[in-house]
Amino acid sequence: MGGKQHILSVLVENKAGVLARVASLFARRGFNIYSLAVAPTDDERFSRITVVVDVEATPLEQITKQLFKLVNVVKISELEPAASVERELLLCTVRADPAVRGQVIELVQIFEGRILAVGTDVLTVSLEGHPGKVDDFEELIRTYGIVDLQRTGRVALPKLVRRPPTKALRVS
Amino acid sequence: MKLTGAQALIKSLEMEGVEVMFGLPGGAILPVYDPIIDSSIRHVLVRHEQGAGHMAEGYAHVTGRPGVAMVTSGPAATNIVTPLADAYMDSIPLVVITGQVPYSSIGSDAFQEADTTGITMSVTKHNWLVTKAADIPEIVKEAFHIASTGRPGPVLIDVPKDVSNQMMDWYWPESVDLPGYKPSSKGHPRMIKEAARYLLEARRPVIYAGGGILKARAAETLRELAELTGIHVVTTLMARGAFPDDHPLCLGMPGMHGNYTAVTAMQEADLLVALGSRFDDRVTGKVDGFAPEAKIVHVDIDPAELGKVRRADVPIVGDCRLVIEELVQAVRALMSGGVQPPDRSPWDATIRGWQERYPLAYEPSAEGNALKPQMVLEHLRDSTPDDTIVVSGVGQHQMWASQYWRFNHPYTWVNSGGLGTMGFAVPAAIGAKVGRPDRMVWAVDGDGCFQMTAQELVTATAERIPIKVAILNNAYLGMVRQWQEMFYDERYSEVYLSPDLPDYVKWAEAMGCVGLRAETPEDIQPVIDKANAINDRPVVIDFRTDSQEKVYPMVPAGQSNDAIVVPPFQEGRHGEGGH
Repeated sequence: MGGKQHILSVLVENKAGVLARVASLFARRGFNIYSLAVAPTDDERFSRITVVVDVEATPLEQITKQLFKLVNVVKISELEPAASVERELLLCTVRADPAVRGQVIELVQIFEGRILAVGTDVLTVSLEGHPGKVDDFEELIRTYGIVDLQRTGRVALPKLVRRPPTKALRVS
Repeated sequence: MKLTGAQALIKSLEMEGVEVMFGLPGGAILPVYDPIIDSSIRHVLVRHEQGAGHMAEGYAHVTGRPGVAMVTSGPAATNIVTPLADAYMDSIPLVVITGQVPYSSIGSDAFQEADTTGITMSVTKHNWLVTKAADIPEIVKEAFHIASTGRPGPVLIDVPKDVSNQMMDWYWPESVDLPGYKPSSKGHPRMIKEAARYLLEARRPVIYAGGGILKARAAETLRELAELTGIHVVTTLMARGAFPDDHPLCLGMPGMHGNYTAVTAMQEADLLVALGSRFDDRVTGKVDGFAPEAKIVHVDIDPAELGKVRRADVPIVGDCRLVIEELVQAVRALMSGGVQPPDRSPWDATIRGWQERYPLAYEPSAEGNALKPQMVLEHLRDSTPDDTIVVSGVGQHQMWASQYWRFNHPYTWVNSGGLGTMGFAVPAAIGAKVGRPDRMVWAVDGDGCFQMTAQELVTATAERIPIKVAILNNAYLGMVRQWQEMFYDERYSEVYLSPDLPDYVKWAEAMGCVGLRAETPEDIQPVIDKANAINDRPVVIDFRTDSQEKVYPMVPAGQSNDAIVVPPFQEGRHGEGGH
């Protein structure tokens, strides 16, 4: 991910049609979405949309301002890659004839992925990790022949800032 | 108290203080039309749903209160999409209620089903599909709040028929709970101080007043600021009347068909104070070449407008009235601290020079010839009260009306600026007259526009709404004709309409109006006098105008404002200095 993409964490009201409103806004303003992940938060009234936007064509400021005009959008935070933790999940069914199966399994193990299902000449594997790592894995696994591949798009939260405790920790 | 959803809806509108609504019933909205019989709300029955939307817009324009329209599902809902888009572009508060097929049938391609909330998502500030009757009071309260606060705009409530029939326990919410909707109104104090400093330092400042001034009820405050600082004011198409045309500091309308002085003063300015304006392409011309030396102070209640087109040196998010009031205070404080503006007499002299050399002008028609549209407007202007409300459609007649009328009061000019909706004038004039029955309301329309929505004059006659319509009938889609003449080698493609077909006088009479006609300059004044004397029904005047007449000045599309074209008889005055 270069400087042309930014991650926005968008807290929205958990109401019908909110995703459509966000998607429609991007479409009509000509903003480009690179990836988008949406799910409810711990507070059931709200969902979080993690959207990776292409800021080459439109300044990020204009995108966030327009997004914020949507009545159901409660909060928008920009997540700097350096100041956030990002994760993405990849599922992949890959060709694994007996002749190469060992190599595929080894590759999955190196990347700390998991084998989810085993067929006669295919494997379904999963990999969770930083999007860059997932990119690398995808590039390597591709050489064996992909049957199906699905990535979730990235999700992210701000990195915790470690400060010395201001008060003595209470020991129970 | 148990009510049906339909009863709760009408009661909620009454709670919001709605006095009038414009609409047309149909299958899915039938339940809601029943309680209207017993309601205090006046319902104006339109002849086409687009008319209902534009009437609600006209009402909102002149009263500042949300206009309300109600129509049924499917084709009725799609017919009102144009007014929604129009209101969205021009920030007009509207609450539109549409019927919907029963909730259980949604998605089944039921009779008169359309995905109304989906279709209108991009042309409303917000919309709702009601899923249970108990939500109706809360949604109506939210709808009026959202439509009328922050940057105003249209909202839509889609009500399925079974929800209208459902029983609910009546309640009226005390307040709204919208965690994602908190429009800011007060500007940032440090930015306002900064702006005040800019205003007092500039040598060639211009106030660029937009429609936001009217939305914020800030016309008086704007005048105070202009007079305090001595800065000239341009009023955009959406802001005509926000600053009096007769005021010595008023430069009139800028933009593609703005007057030479307004356009050029902005172009040469070293400071533009944009107040509730949005650097629309019709004002800026080619953005790269727009006001190249100007610093920008930009005040808008919509944060997304700041920096959207032109970077602001001093961006201020806030309500125009509140911000300008603070700005006046800040300027006063600086002045009492001894800060004075630089000598601006050279700039004032330059402006006067432009005004003298390039006034708005046209060549009058000879006796017996076809009418000059500008001349018609001048007669109309001089024969009507100063607070007459003028409503226009879109095209040449709109530009001439904006140019040649003298707007000295806010809320006297109603038009479709952003969307450019032909057919706006007649229904919007009806809505304006309903909102301000004490005022004379003149629709200035083109023959092309008139034919799009004229049937609403039947509504006007039936509902006793005595508007007056001046058709500037040049037998052409005039603005398109002008572009084909100037930019397509006079190859006229599909723009001729005929002056006699339809016969506007007979058509007006068929709709219960008085129909009049003026064919020569000598006819103008008598027909206007006759029309002004009629107060019991609508009047339509067919003014036969010169087809050749073009709107000047003009900045050709896509060009810099420096390329402004003046009328042929003013050409060659550039060399006389000052520019």
